[in-house]
Amino acid sequence: MLKRVHYNSSYLPYLLVTPQIIITLLFFIWPALQALYQSFLLEDAFGLSSEFVWFDNFIELYDDPNYLSSFTRTGFFSLAVASLSMGMALLFAALADRVVKGARTYRTLLIIPYAVAPVLAGTLWLFLFNPTLGIISYFLEIIGIDWNHKLNSTQAMSLVIMAAAWKQISYNFLFFIAAMHSIPKSLIEAAAIDGAGPVHRFRTIILPLISPTTFFLLVVNIIYAFFDTFGIIHSMTAGGPGNSTEILVYKVFNDGFVGLDLGGSAAQSVILMVVVILLTVVQFKYVERKVQY
Amino acid sequence: MLKKTIIAAAVTASFFSTTAIAAVEVNWWHAMGGTNTERVNKIAADFNALQSDYKINAVYKGNYTETMTAAIAAFRAKKQPHIVQVFEVGTATMMAAKGAVYPIEQVMKDSGVKLDKSSYLPAVISYYQTPAGELLSMPFNSSTPVLWYNKDAFKKAGVENAPKTWSEVTSTAKKLVDSGMKCGIAIGWQSWALIENYSAWNNISLGTKQNGYAGLDTELSFNNKFVIDNLQRLADMQKDGSFTYGGRRGESLAMFTNGQCGMWINSSAYYGSIKGQAKFDYAQAMMPYDEKVTSAAQNSIIGGATLWTLRGHKKEEYKGVAKFMEYLSSAEVQAWWHQETGYVPITTAAYELSKKQGFYDKNPGTDTAIHQLSLNTPTENSRGIRFGSFVQIRDIINAEMEKIWNGSKTAEQAMNDAVTQSNKLLRKFEKANK
Repeated sequence: MLKRVHYNSSYLPYLLVTPQIIITLLFFIWPALQALYQSFLLEDAFGLSSEFVWFDNFIELYDDPNYLSSFTRTGFFSLAVASLSMGMALLFAALADRVVKGARTYRTLLIIPYAVAPVLAGTLWLFLFNPTLGIISYFLEIIGIDWNHKLNSTQAMSLVIMAAAWKQISYNFLFFIAAMHSIPKSLIEAAAIDGAGPVHRFRTIILPLISPTTFFLLVVNIIYAFFDTFGIIHSMTAGGPGNSTEILVYKVFNDGFVGLDLGGSAAQSVILMVVVILLTVVQFKYVERKVQY
Repeated sequence: MLKKTIIAAAVTASFFSTTAIAAVEVNWWHAMGGTNTERVNKIAADFNALQSDYKINAVYKGNYTETMTAAIAAFRAKKQPHIVQVFEVGTATMMAAKGAVYPIEQVMKDSGVKLDKSSYLPAVISYYQTPAGELLSMPFNSSTPVLWYNKDAFKKAGVENAPKTWSEVTSTAKKLVDSGMKCGIAIGWQSWALIENYSAWNNISLGTKQNGYAGLDTELSFNNKFVIDNLQRLADMQKDGSFTYGGRRGESLAMFTNGQCGMWINSSAYYGSIKGQAKFDYAQAMMPYDEKVTSAAQNSIIGGATLWTLRGHKKEEYKGVAKFMEYLSSAEVQAWWHQETGYVPITTAAYELSKKQGFYDKNPGTDTAIHQLSLNTPTENSRGIRFGSFVQIRDIINAEMEKIWNGSKTAEQAMNDAVTQSNKLLRKFEKANK
């Protein structure tokens, strides 16, 4: 028989979740509804006149070839950022997990990048890869690679992916290392006694046991790449060269906060919201089946 | 003794605090970062020290776009500053917001402070006037693109004079590259230099309706043969490094100051930075004109920012605004500002004063920008541009120009696409600001 605590009063559970619900309503639902309402409006920057235009803002987006092509770009960018940052974090966590001496120092150093603001992260990478002044572009030139992300679309895309992924590695690392710590040592020791090497142990024991964390991080990372990366892109490439690093959220930011076109920007953010909701549903429906809790 | 001092200090302190309360406060949001923040603060502090009726609070709000966005958001929340500094491409947006903007000419008139428009440089104020001639905002920091060149590199390449035309630019760039330089010319703020100023300087129109001055139903038309040919020429010049692309804004400064590029077209306001960074002999000359279009240059248009007054405050506060504007455009303040920053003086009096002080004799070439701006009486093509959503339009132009530079489009395709996309934004702006 299951051990259960029963509360007789019916209002207590509601009372306990109220703060959470209020926060969700105030900071998530209300802004989302406002964005939805704003997306149907055509308004001047100062808000002096506004007109209800139904789906005009959406139709306009549909007519914009640059906007449509930015979907595939965003998909590629998000996948690349998520896999790169999770892959690196997993590697670091696996290595840091085995370190005995100075483990704390390694962990601290690996977590530091998380404290760096996105714009700052972008600027740091920009300095390293500056075609004229950058130290890395200087070494690349020595080995025969002409680095100029201001003109080369592929290089520009790789640069923003690297910077965005780097920023997220620490976060992923924290979760991975915590998950690894929660695996009972006896399991791993038993496998070691049975003759399984470190790689084999990692593949057959650690990886399956941390799969809930991996799944959680996948969802979080995709959302991060979709929503939180405009600062990095703004400071590094401003969407260029051409439109080659203009992902959906960057256009939302740029049209809304730089271009002051609130209706168009709101319409884009509504679309983005729908895309991310769909993606998350898909992940829970299909990817989660492979997770062992 | 000690007691006396404390009492004296307390009395003085209370005296100062009461005067501070009595003074009418006027808030000024600006976008002048770095050393210019200190200069702006000095202007405000000097004004506050000069009189006790008004107190200007100068607040740095980030770069141009951030300051403008902040002011607009503040207006929507009814917490707007009295004065906000807005860059030239935001002019149409501000102008269209009739209920939010208090035209400076009106502010001065309502406060009984004299405003003599004829004392301002025509090329500077025409950018900010209505078709009827009313001045909407007070010019503050204005500059214009000039041709910067490396004198040492010119000597080494055997070039005697700065190029005057675009075909001379091409041949000079070639000579520089042949003499061992990595790059002949780089260009900063490319839409401003190669499209907006190229059109004004060669006296061709950028768009219909007098470049947008005569109405919101304007259309851009810079996809003409001249602009396209000039851009294609630069694209072709990339093959041997005669032209190298260095970014949308001013990032290519480093390419000029570290001796990689022998020429650089960008704002005259880079004077201070170049002076601090270049380890070679440099000079500025007028922008090249296109001899295929015209036989002589017209006048260039400005960049930079003006101070806009926002509505929604008390009458006596606007009097403070007017008094401050009067102080700001006085010859002494303007001459000082001009000589410190490299921005052009906005009044002829400030220019004359700088001349009298011997500034141009000591720093030859620093008056290039003024010469360029006042070369001829501005025409419909050269007094400025007024297109809505121009911040976004510049993004479009930048993106399309990058497609020329990396070879994914020809100049013609890129300009046609830029015009099509931009005109959609203009239509939307027209609809939103009826």
